[in-house]
Amino acid sequence: MIRTPTPGQTVGPFFGYALPFEADSQLVPVGHPDAIRLHGTVFDGHGDPVSDALLEVWQLDPDGAAVRQQGSLHRDGYTFTGWGRASTDATGHYAFTTLWPGAEPGKAAFFAITVFARGLLDRLLTRAYIPGDEAALAADPLLSSLPADRRSGLVATPDLEGFRFDVHLQGDRETVFLRYPGDG
Amino acid sequence: MDSAPVGSDMAAVSQATITAEIAQAACAYAAGGAAEPRTRLDYPSYRSSVLRHPTKDLHHADPEMLELSAPVFGERDVAPVEADLTIQHGGDPIGERIVVAGRVTDGEGRPVPRQLVEIWQANAAGRYIHQRDQHPAPIDPNFTGVGRALTDEEGNYRFLTIKPGPYPWRNHQNAWRPAHIHFSLFGTDFTQRLITQMYFRGDPLFELDPIFNSTVDPKVRELMVADYDHNLTQPEFATGYRWDIVLTGHVRTPFEEEQ
Ligand SMILES: [Fe+2]
Repeated sequence: MIRTPTPGQTVGPFFGYALPFEADSQLVPVGHPDAIRLHGTVFDGHGDPVSDALLEVWQLDPDGAAVRQQGSLHRDGYTFTGWGRASTDATGHYAFTTLWPGAEPGKAAFFAITVFARGLLDRLLTRAYIPGDEAALAADPLLSSLPADRRSGLVATPDLEGFRFDVHLQGDRETVFLRYPGDG
Repeated sequence: MDSAPVGSDMAAVSQATITAEIAQAACAYAAGGAAEPRTRLDYPSYRSSVLRHPTKDLHHADPEMLELSAPVFGERDVAPVEADLTIQHGGDPIGERIVVAGRVTDGEGRPVPRQLVEIWQANAAGRYIHQRDQHPAPIDPNFTGVGRALTDEEGNYRFLTIKPGPYPWRNHQNAWRPAHIHFSLFGTDFTQRLITQMYFRGDPLFELDPIFNSTVDPKVRELMVADYDHNLTQPEFATGYRWDIVLTGHVRTPFEEEQ
Protein backbone atom coordinates (compact mmCIF):
# COMPACT_ATOMS: atom_id res chain seq x y z
CA MET A 1 0.00 0.00 0.00
CA ILE A 2 1.34 3.41 -0.94
CA ARG A 3 1.07 6.02 1.79
CA THR A 4 0.91 9.73 1.12
CA PRO A 5 4.24 11.26 2.07
CA THR A 6 4.42 13.91 4.75
CA PRO A 7 4.64 17.19 2.82
CA GLY A 8 7.62 19.51 3.03
CA GLN A 9 7.60 23.02 4.48
CA THR A 10 10.05 25.87 4.16
CA VAL A 11 13.26 25.68 6.16
CA GLY A 12 12.34 29.22 7.26
CA PRO A 13 14.69 31.97 8.42
CA PHE A 14 15.97 30.42 11.64
CA PHE A 15 17.80 27.25 10.59
CA GLY A 16 21.13 29.06 10.90
CA TYR A 17 21.62 28.24 14.57
CA ALA A 18 20.42 24.66 14.21
CA LEU A 19 21.49 22.93 11.00
CA PRO A 20 25.07 24.16 10.37
CA PHE A 21 27.85 22.35 12.24
CA GLU A 22 31.61 22.56 12.39
CA ALA A 23 33.27 21.63 9.07
CA ASP A 24 29.81 20.90 7.63
CA SER A 25 30.89 21.89 4.12
CA GLN A 26 34.34 20.30 4.34
CA LEU A 27 33.93 16.71 3.18
CA VAL A 28 37.72 16.74 3.25
CA PRO A 29 39.91 19.30 5.01
CA VAL A 30 40.84 22.33 2.91
CA GLY A 31 44.51 21.27 2.93
CA HIS A 32 43.83 17.74 1.64
CA PRO A 33 46.12 17.06 -1.36
CA ASP A 34 43.18 15.97 -3.56
CA ALA A 35 40.74 18.60 -2.31
CA ILE A 36 38.60 20.37 -4.88
CA ARG A 37 36.06 23.11 -4.35
CA LEU A 38 32.46 22.96 -5.50
CA HIS A 39 31.03 26.43 -5.12
CA GLY A 40 28.56 28.88 -6.57
CA THR A 41 25.90 31.46 -5.88
CA VAL A 42 22.17 31.02 -5.33
CA PHE A 43 20.03 33.62 -7.15
CA ASP A 44 16.35 34.53 -6.92
CA GLY A 45 14.04 35.52 -9.77
CA HIS A 46 15.40 39.07 -9.79
CA GLY A 47 18.96 37.82 -10.08
CA ASP A 48 19.62 38.88 -6.51
CA PRO A 49 21.75 36.58 -4.35
CA VAL A 50 19.93 34.49 -1.75
CA SER A 51 21.79 34.90 1.53
CA ASP A 52 19.66 32.52 3.56
CA ALA A 53 19.83 29.30 1.55
CA LEU A 54 21.24 25.96 2.62
CA LEU A 55 22.68 23.42 0.19
CA GLU A 56 23.55 19.78 0.71
CA VAL A 57 25.76 17.67 -1.49
CA TRP A 58 25.82 13.87 -1.84
CA GLN A 59 28.31 12.10 -4.08
CA LEU A 60 30.13 8.89 -4.93
CA ASP A 61 33.73 8.49 -3.84
CA PRO A 62 36.56 9.07 -6.37
CA ASP A 63 36.40 5.40 -7.42
CA GLY A 64 32.71 5.65 -8.26
CA ALA A 65 31.55 3.68 -5.24
CA ALA A 66 28.66 4.55 -2.94
CA VAL A 67 29.87 5.81 0.43
CA ARG A 68 28.58 4.06 3.55
CA GLN A 69 30.47 5.92 6.27
CA GLN A 70 29.04 7.64 9.31
CA GLY A 71 30.78 10.64 10.85
CA SER A 72 29.60 13.59 8.76
CA LEU A 73 28.47 15.52 11.86
CA HIS A 74 31.79 15.07 13.67
CA ARG A 75 34.42 14.92 10.96
CA ASP A 76 37.65 13.19 11.91
CA GLY A 77 39.63 14.59 8.99
CA TYR A 78 40.18 11.16 7.43
CA THR A 79 36.81 9.51 6.83
CA PHE A 80 35.13 10.48 3.58
CA THR A 81 31.36 10.39 4.14
CA GLY A 82 30.26 11.70 0.73
CA TRP A 83 27.83 14.19 2.27
CA GLY A 84 28.08 17.81 3.31
CA ARG A 85 26.03 20.90 4.09
CA ALA A 86 26.79 24.55 3.27
CA SER A 87 24.98 27.79 4.09
CA THR A 88 25.10 30.69 1.67
CA ASP A 89 26.86 33.81 2.95
CA ALA A 90 25.80 37.46 2.70
CA THR A 91 26.60 37.38 -1.03
CA GLY A 92 24.58 34.20 -1.69
CA HIS A 93 27.75 32.19 -2.11
CA TYR A 94 28.24 28.61 -0.91
CA ALA A 95 31.32 26.39 -1.08
CA PHE A 96 32.12 22.74 -0.42
CA THR A 97 35.60 21.26 -0.10
CA THR A 98 35.48 17.71 -1.35
CA LEU A 99 36.98 15.03 -3.59
CA TRP A 100 36.45 14.59 -7.31
CA PRO A 101 33.30 12.46 -7.58
CA GLY A 102 33.63 9.18 -9.44
CA ALA A 103 30.91 7.56 -11.51
CA GLU A 104 29.65 4.12 -12.36
CA PRO A 105 31.49 2.70 -15.40
CA GLY A 106 30.44 4.52 -18.58
CA LYS A 107 28.18 6.92 -16.70
CA ALA A 108 28.43 10.65 -16.18
CA ALA A 109 29.72 11.83 -12.81
CA PHE A 110 27.60 14.32 -10.87
CA PHE A 111 26.99 15.80 -7.46
CA ALA A 112 23.43 15.32 -6.17
CA ILE A 113 22.35 18.62 -4.64
CA THR A 114 19.50 19.62 -2.33
CA VAL A 115 18.48 23.27 -2.01
CA PHE A 116 16.62 24.82 0.92
CA ALA A 117 15.94 28.51 1.56
CA ARG A 118 13.74 30.92 3.40
CA GLY A 119 10.94 31.65 0.94
CA LEU A 120 11.34 28.27 -0.74
CA LEU A 121 8.34 26.22 0.38
CA ASP A 122 9.81 22.78 -0.24
CA ARG A 123 13.28 21.48 -0.94
CA LEU A 124 14.53 21.29 -4.51
CA LEU A 125 16.76 18.54 -5.88
CA THR A 126 19.15 18.89 -8.78
CA ARG A 127 22.43 17.57 -10.18
CA ALA A 128 25.74 19.28 -10.89
CA TYR A 129 27.44 17.24 -13.61
CA ILE A 130 31.21 17.09 -13.98
CA PRO A 131 32.29 18.39 -17.41
CA GLY A 132 34.88 16.66 -19.59
CA ASP A 133 33.63 13.16 -20.35
CA GLU A 134 31.62 14.16 -23.42
CA ALA A 135 30.59 10.59 -24.31
CA ALA A 136 29.19 9.95 -20.84
CA LEU A 137 27.42 13.32 -20.74
CA ALA A 138 25.89 12.73 -24.18
CA ALA A 139 24.63 9.31 -23.08
CA ASP A 140 23.14 10.57 -19.83
CA PRO A 141 19.35 9.99 -19.78
CA LEU A 142 18.55 13.18 -17.87
CA LEU A 143 20.80 15.51 -19.87
CA SER A 144 19.64 14.09 -23.17
CA SER A 145 16.01 14.63 -22.16
CA LEU A 146 16.62 18.39 -21.89
CA PRO A 147 16.84 21.12 -24.51
CA ALA A 148 20.40 22.43 -24.94
CA ASP A 149 19.81 25.73 -23.16
CA ARG A 150 18.52 24.02 -20.02
CA ARG A 151 21.08 21.23 -20.15
CA SER A 152 24.05 23.58 -19.88
CA GLY A 153 22.83 24.85 -16.49
CA LEU A 154 23.31 21.39 -15.00
CA VAL A 155 26.95 21.07 -16.01
CA ALA A 156 29.39 22.62 -13.56
CA THR A 157 32.02 25.04 -14.87
CA PRO A 158 35.66 24.14 -14.18
CA ASP A 159 37.75 26.76 -12.42
CA LEU A 160 41.14 26.88 -10.71
CA GLU A 161 40.14 25.02 -7.57
CA GLY A 162 37.40 22.78 -8.89
CA PHE A 163 33.93 23.59 -10.16
CA ARG A 164 31.45 26.43 -10.10
CA PHE A 165 27.74 25.63 -10.02
CA ASP A 166 25.25 28.47 -9.66
CA VAL A 167 21.65 27.85 -8.67
CA HIS A 168 18.91 30.02 -10.18
CA LEU A 169 15.66 29.48 -8.30
CA GLN A 170 13.67 31.32 -10.96
CA GLY A 171 14.06 33.26 -14.21
CA ASP A 172 15.60 32.92 -17.66
CA ARG A 173 18.43 30.79 -16.36
CA GLU A 174 16.27 28.79 -13.96
CA THR A 175 18.06 25.65 -12.81
CA VAL A 176 16.49 22.34 -13.79
CA PHE A 177 15.01 20.90 -10.61
CA LEU A 178 14.07 17.25 -10.47
CA ARG A 179 11.13 15.03 -9.67
CA TYR A 180 11.68 11.32 -9.16
CA PRO A 181 9.29 8.35 -9.45
CA GLY A 182 7.55 7.89 -6.11
CA ASP A 183 7.72 11.58 -5.23
CA GLY A 184 3.94 11.71 -4.98
CA MET B 1 10.81 37.15 12.11
CA ASP B 2 10.87 36.84 8.38
CA SER B 3 12.98 39.78 7.34
CA ALA B 4 12.11 39.79 3.67
CA PRO B 5 12.51 43.18 2.04
CA VAL B 6 8.84 44.01 2.28
CA GLY B 7 7.76 47.39 1.01
CA SER B 8 5.33 49.50 2.99
CA ASP B 9 2.52 48.44 0.65
CA MET B 10 3.15 44.78 1.42
CA ALA B 11 3.59 45.35 5.12
CA ALA B 12 0.17 46.98 5.07
CA VAL B 13 -1.53 43.86 3.74
CA SER B 14 -4.03 42.77 6.34
CA GLN B 15 -4.67 39.35 7.77
CA ALA B 16 -8.14 39.57 6.19
CA THR B 17 -6.54 39.88 2.74
CA ILE B 18 -4.22 36.93 3.39
CA THR B 19 -7.07 34.85 4.81
CA ALA B 20 -9.14 35.62 1.71
CA GLU B 21 -6.24 34.60 -0.54
CA ILE B 22 -5.86 31.34 1.37
CA ALA B 23 -9.60 30.64 1.09
CA GLN B 24 -9.56 31.43 -2.61
CA ALA B 25 -6.64 29.06 -3.25
CA ALA B 26 -8.42 26.35 -1.23
CA CYS B 27 -11.65 26.83 -3.22
CA ALA B 28 -9.83 26.71 -6.54
CA TYR B 29 -8.04 23.55 -5.45
CA ALA B 30 -11.24 21.85 -4.27
CA ALA B 31 -12.87 22.63 -7.62
CA GLY B 32 -9.80 21.85 -9.68
CA GLY B 33 -9.74 18.06 -9.83
CA ALA B 34 -6.03 17.18 -10.01
CA ALA B 35 -4.67 16.08 -6.64
CA GLU B 36 -1.68 17.99 -5.28
CA PRO B 37 -0.04 15.83 -2.66
CA ARG B 38 3.01 18.05 -2.44
CA THR B 39 3.40 21.50 -0.98
CA ARG B 40 2.91 24.21 -3.58
CA LEU B 41 6.13 26.07 -4.38
CA ASP B 42 4.23 28.98 -5.94
CA TYR B 43 2.09 30.28 -3.09
CA PRO B 44 2.22 34.08 -3.19
CA SER B 45 0.47 34.57 0.15
CA TYR B 46 3.87 33.62 1.57
CA ARG B 47 5.41 36.79 0.18
CA SER B 48 9.01 35.60 0.33
CA SER B 49 8.19 32.75 -2.05
CA VAL B 50 7.32 35.04 -4.96
CA LEU B 51 10.87 35.29 -6.32
CA ARG B 52 12.07 32.01 -4.87
CA HIS B 53 10.00 29.36 -6.62
CA PRO B 54 10.81 27.74 -9.96
CA THR B 55 8.30 28.62 -12.66
CA LYS B 56 9.03 25.56 -14.79
CA ASP B 57 7.69 22.13 -13.88
CA LEU B 58 10.02 19.85 -11.98
CA HIS B 59 11.76 17.70 -14.58
CA HIS B 60 11.38 13.93 -14.42
CA ALA B 61 14.55 12.02 -13.59
CA ASP B 62 15.12 8.33 -13.01
CA PRO B 63 17.37 7.98 -10.00
CA GLU B 64 20.94 6.84 -10.55
CA MET B 65 22.76 4.59 -8.09
CA LEU B 66 23.93 7.61 -6.11
CA GLU B 67 20.37 8.83 -5.56
CA LEU B 68 19.20 5.37 -4.49
CA SER B 69 21.48 5.64 -1.49
CA ALA B 70 21.66 8.18 1.31
CA PRO B 71 24.24 9.44 3.76
CA VAL B 72 24.83 7.20 6.76
CA PHE B 73 24.66 8.58 10.29
CA GLY B 74 25.38 6.72 13.48
CA GLU B 75 26.64 6.84 17.04
CA ARG B 76 29.65 8.81 15.90
CA ASP B 77 27.28 11.56 14.74
CA VAL B 78 24.58 11.69 17.39
CA ALA B 79 24.67 11.03 21.13
CA PRO B 80 21.43 9.82 22.74
CA VAL B 81 21.45 12.84 25.06
CA GLU B 82 20.94 15.17 22.09
CA ALA B 83 17.29 14.07 21.91
CA ASP B 84 16.63 15.78 25.24
CA LEU B 85 16.29 19.54 24.67
CA THR B 86 15.51 20.16 28.34
CA ILE B 87 18.94 19.33 29.78
CA GLN B 88 21.26 21.38 27.61
CA HIS B 89 21.91 24.07 30.22
CA GLY B 90 22.27 24.46 33.97
CA GLY B 91 18.58 24.66 34.78
CA ASP B 92 15.13 23.60 33.65
CA PRO B 93 13.66 25.53 30.71
CA ILE B 94 10.38 27.34 31.25
CA GLY B 95 7.25 25.93 29.65
CA GLU B 96 5.23 22.79 29.12
CA ARG B 97 7.55 19.79 28.98
CA ILE B 98 6.49 17.48 26.14
CA VAL B 99 7.50 14.17 24.61
CA VAL B 100 7.36 14.18 20.80
CA ALA B 101 7.66 10.70 19.37
CA GLY B 102 6.71 8.75 16.29
CA ARG B 103 7.84 6.50 13.51
CA VAL B 104 9.55 7.25 10.22
CA THR B 105 8.51 5.01 7.33
CA ASP B 106 8.78 5.18 3.57
CA GLY B 107 5.82 5.38 1.19
CA GLU B 108 5.42 1.63 1.27
CA GLY B 109 5.28 1.46 5.03
CA ARG B 110 8.79 0.17 5.59
CA PRO B 111 10.55 1.65 8.61
CA VAL B 112 13.53 3.93 8.06
CA PRO B 113 15.98 2.58 10.65
CA ARG B 114 19.07 4.25 12.11
CA GLN B 115 18.63 7.52 10.28
CA LEU B 116 19.13 11.12 11.34
CA VAL B 117 16.28 13.33 12.61
CA GLU B 118 17.10 16.98 13.40
CA ILE B 119 14.72 19.45 15.04
CA TRP B 120 14.74 23.14 15.92
CA GLN B 121 12.11 25.35 17.47
CA ALA B 122 11.18 28.51 19.34
CA ASN B 123 10.99 28.46 23.13
CA ALA B 124 7.75 28.53 25.15
CA ALA B 125 7.49 32.29 24.57
CA GLY B 126 7.82 31.98 20.80
CA ARG B 127 11.43 33.18 20.61
CA TYR B 128 14.29 31.56 18.70
CA ILE B 129 17.91 31.71 19.81
CA HIS B 130 18.80 33.30 16.49
CA GLN B 131 20.22 36.76 15.99
CA ARG B 132 17.66 37.48 13.30
CA ASP B 133 14.77 36.84 15.66
CA GLN B 134 13.71 40.31 16.85
CA HIS B 135 10.48 39.20 18.54
CA PRO B 136 10.41 41.00 21.90
CA ALA B 137 9.67 37.84 23.87
CA PRO B 138 12.06 36.53 26.51
CA ILE B 139 14.99 34.32 25.67
CA ASP B 140 15.18 31.32 27.98
CA PRO B 141 18.80 30.86 29.11
CA ASN B 142 18.02 27.19 29.70
CA PHE B 143 16.63 26.46 26.26
CA THR B 144 18.39 26.45 22.89
CA GLY B 145 15.73 24.56 20.95
CA VAL B 146 17.96 22.29 18.85
CA GLY B 147 17.92 18.50 19.00
CA ARG B 148 19.07 15.45 17.10
CA ALA B 149 18.16 11.78 17.24
CA LEU B 150 18.69 8.57 15.35
CA THR B 151 15.70 6.39 14.57
CA ASP B 152 15.84 2.91 16.08
CA GLU B 153 15.64 -0.36 14.15
CA GLU B 154 11.87 0.09 13.70
CA GLY B 155 12.15 3.70 12.57
CA ASN B 156 11.04 5.18 15.91
CA TYR B 157 12.32 8.51 17.19
CA ARG B 158 11.67 10.34 20.46
CA PHE B 159 12.45 13.83 21.70
CA LEU B 160 11.90 15.48 25.07
CA THR B 161 11.40 19.22 24.68
CA ILE B 162 9.28 22.25 25.60
CA LYS B 163 6.08 23.11 23.76
CA PRO B 164 6.96 26.01 21.45
CA GLY B 165 4.92 29.21 21.46
CA PRO B 166 3.44 30.86 18.37
CA TYR B 167 5.42 33.84 17.08
CA PRO B 168 4.86 36.94 14.95
CA TRP B 169 6.51 37.46 11.56
CA ARG B 170 6.47 40.20 8.96
CA ASN B 171 4.68 38.50 6.09
CA HIS B 172 1.72 40.82 6.57
CA GLN B 173 0.16 42.93 9.28
CA ASN B 174 -0.33 41.09 12.57
CA ALA B 175 0.96 37.83 11.08
CA TRP B 176 1.51 34.93 13.51
CA ARG B 177 2.88 31.46 12.88
CA PRO B 178 1.06 28.55 14.52
CA ALA B 179 3.27 26.79 17.06
CA HIS B 180 5.54 24.34 15.28
CA ILE B 181 8.72 22.31 15.47
CA HIS B 182 10.98 22.22 12.41
CA PHE B 183 11.96 18.67 11.41
CA SER B 184 14.74 17.57 9.06
CA LEU B 185 14.80 13.94 7.88
CA PHE B 186 16.84 11.63 5.71
CA GLY B 187 15.60 8.41 4.16
CA THR B 188 17.28 5.40 2.67
CA ASP B 189 17.44 7.25 -0.68
CA PHE B 190 18.80 10.72 -1.39
CA THR B 191 15.50 11.54 -3.09
CA GLN B 192 13.59 11.13 0.19
CA ARG B 193 15.20 14.15 1.84
CA LEU B 194 12.57 16.10 3.77
CA ILE B 195 12.45 19.30 5.79
CA THR B 196 9.03 20.10 7.20
CA GLN B 197 7.23 21.48 10.25
CA MET B 198 5.21 19.64 12.87
CA TYR B 199 2.13 21.43 14.17
CA PHE B 200 -0.16 20.82 17.15
CA ARG B 201 -3.78 19.70 16.78
CA GLY B 202 -6.37 22.43 17.19
CA ASP B 203 -4.13 25.47 16.74
CA PRO B 204 -6.40 28.50 16.11
CA LEU B 205 -3.77 30.02 13.79
CA PHE B 206 -3.97 27.24 11.18
CA GLU B 207 -6.41 28.97 8.84
CA LEU B 208 -4.51 32.26 9.04
CA ASP B 209 -1.08 30.90 8.12
CA PRO B 210 0.10 30.94 4.49
CA ILE B 211 2.98 28.53 5.13
CA PHE B 212 0.75 25.83 6.64
CA ASN B 213 -1.79 26.34 3.84
CA SER B 214 0.80 26.19 1.05
CA THR B 215 0.13 22.49 1.33
CA VAL B 216 -3.19 22.97 -0.40
CA ASP B 217 -4.70 19.50 0.04
CA PRO B 218 -6.47 19.41 3.42
CA LYS B 219 -5.84 15.67 3.91
CA VAL B 220 -2.16 16.07 3.16
CA ARG B 221 -1.96 19.10 5.46
CA GLU B 222 -3.30 16.88 8.27
CA LEU B 223 -0.13 14.80 7.97
CA MET B 224 1.81 17.68 9.54
CA VAL B 225 -0.36 17.82 12.66
CA ALA B 226 0.69 15.94 15.79
CA ASP B 227 -1.92 14.44 18.09
CA TYR B 228 -1.95 14.41 21.84
CA ASP B 229 -1.25 10.83 22.92
CA HIS B 230 -1.85 9.90 26.53
CA ASN B 231 0.22 6.75 26.07
CA LEU B 232 3.25 8.97 25.57
CA THR B 233 2.41 11.17 28.54
CA GLN B 234 4.59 10.51 31.57
CA PRO B 235 3.02 10.82 35.03
CA GLU B 236 4.07 13.93 36.95
CA PHE B 237 6.54 14.82 34.18
CA ALA B 238 5.53 15.51 30.56
CA THR B 239 2.60 15.39 28.15
CA GLY B 240 3.00 13.36 24.97
CA TYR B 241 2.47 14.07 21.27
CA ARG B 242 2.68 11.51 18.52
CA TRP B 243 3.78 12.39 15.03
CA ASP B 244 4.53 9.76 12.40
CA ILE B 245 6.44 10.75 9.29
CA VAL B 246 6.14 9.18 5.84
CA LEU B 247 8.94 9.76 3.37
CA THR B 248 8.40 9.51 -0.37
CA GLY B 249 8.08 6.09 -1.98
CA HIS B 250 11.40 4.38 -1.90
CA VAL B 251 12.16 3.22 -5.45
CA ARG B 252 12.87 -0.50 -5.48
CA THR B 253 16.03 -1.56 -7.23
CA PRO B 254 16.13 -4.82 -9.23
CA PHE B 255 18.45 -6.20 -6.56
CA GLU B 256 15.83 -5.74 -3.87
CA GLU B 257 13.10 -7.23 -6.06
CA GLU B 258 15.10 -10.45 -6.25
CA GLN B 259 15.39 -10.81 -2.49
FE1 LIG C 1 9.74 28.46 12.81
